[in-house]
Amino acid sequence: MSDSQWPVWEVFVQANPGISHKHVGNVHAADAEMAIQNARDVYTRRSEGISIWVVPANAISASSPEDQGAFFEPSNDKPYRHPTFYKIPEGVKYL
Amino acid sequence: MTLQEAKFEYLLRLGDSSLIIGHRLSEWCGHGPILEEDIALINIALDFVGNATSILGYAGQVEGKGRTEDDLAFMRGEREFRNLLITEQPNGDFANTIARQFLFDTYMFFLYEELKSSKDETIAAIAVKSHKEITYHLRHTSEWMLRLGDGTAESHERLQNGLNDLWMFTSEMFDMDEVDTLLMKEGIAPDLNKVKANWEKRVHEVLTEATLEIPTTTFKQKGSKEGKHSEHLGFLLAEMQYVHRAYPGAKW
Repeated sequence: MSDSQWPVWEVFVQANPGISHKHVGNVHAADAEMAIQNARDVYTRRSEGISIWVVPANAISASSPEDQGAFFEPSNDKPYRHPTFYKIPEGVKYL
Repeated sequence: MTLQEAKFEYLLRLGDSSLIIGHRLSEWCGHGPILEEDIALINIALDFVGNATSILGYAGQVEGKGRTEDDLAFMRGEREFRNLLITEQPNGDFANTIARQFLFDTYMFFLYEELKSSKDETIAAIAVKSHKEITYHLRHTSEWMLRLGDGTAESHERLQNGLNDLWMFTSEMFDMDEVDTLLMKEGIAPDLNKVKANWEKRVHEVLTEATLEIPTTTFKQKGSKEGKHSEHLGFLLAEMQYVHRAYPGAKW
């Protein structure tokens, strides 16, 4: 079946003030206003968020699977790069 | 007519309109033009049914005969229903549904804006909650009015046809009878002439922006205030009330 639907928009929802918007999925929509309304109806019906971002899916540039080796594997043997020796202060929720 | 009788009657009008248009919208479930819109329409349908539950529940208390919101929703016949005629009109195509929703949402938006300051505290509290939902409904349907009206030749024609067909049901939204006048004096219900002025202004603005014509129909169909409905309500009730009547008191 051919895809006769509107363009895809990626949806990001902010759950609480101060924390980052998190990718939750996507919707079809003809433009940004419709994308925000559709995202509201599909992803925030159960108090999941307080703010919505929508981004045209074709505006996102992604790394390709072939890049996996060159991009990510060199860091596998460098555990010293992880900041695991710091103590996180109590009361910091979203780090 | 006592104040209690007027209030019961008025609450039936509010609650029944929400219940019936909510049921009509729910018929779109699984048939929406696109998944996202299908979900949006059903969200809106649920808002209406939730609003009807609150209002009919309160109507039952005001009546004082022990009837619950379920008794009122499922155990009355069509002549006892007080929903506006526009709310029971069939969905037709998507443009027709949007035309119906836009005309009714605009009405409900301005009506509930007034009801927020009703001297009846329960009505005012329900109105405050519902008005937030209605604000979104109206934004949603207004967007579609612009898209379809100012869209393709076909979408424009379908939407204009829908508006022309439904226009005759809009005037009774603002008719005031003994019930309205009595409650207005008590500060419980608003002056519908004020609602009408706001409604006309908004409808004209949106139609103009959407390149649509204001329908010229002068015929006015009324009757809902006396329980006189179009031929469509009986079929709707038969479907909506079937389970409750076939299995009285059933719970799940």
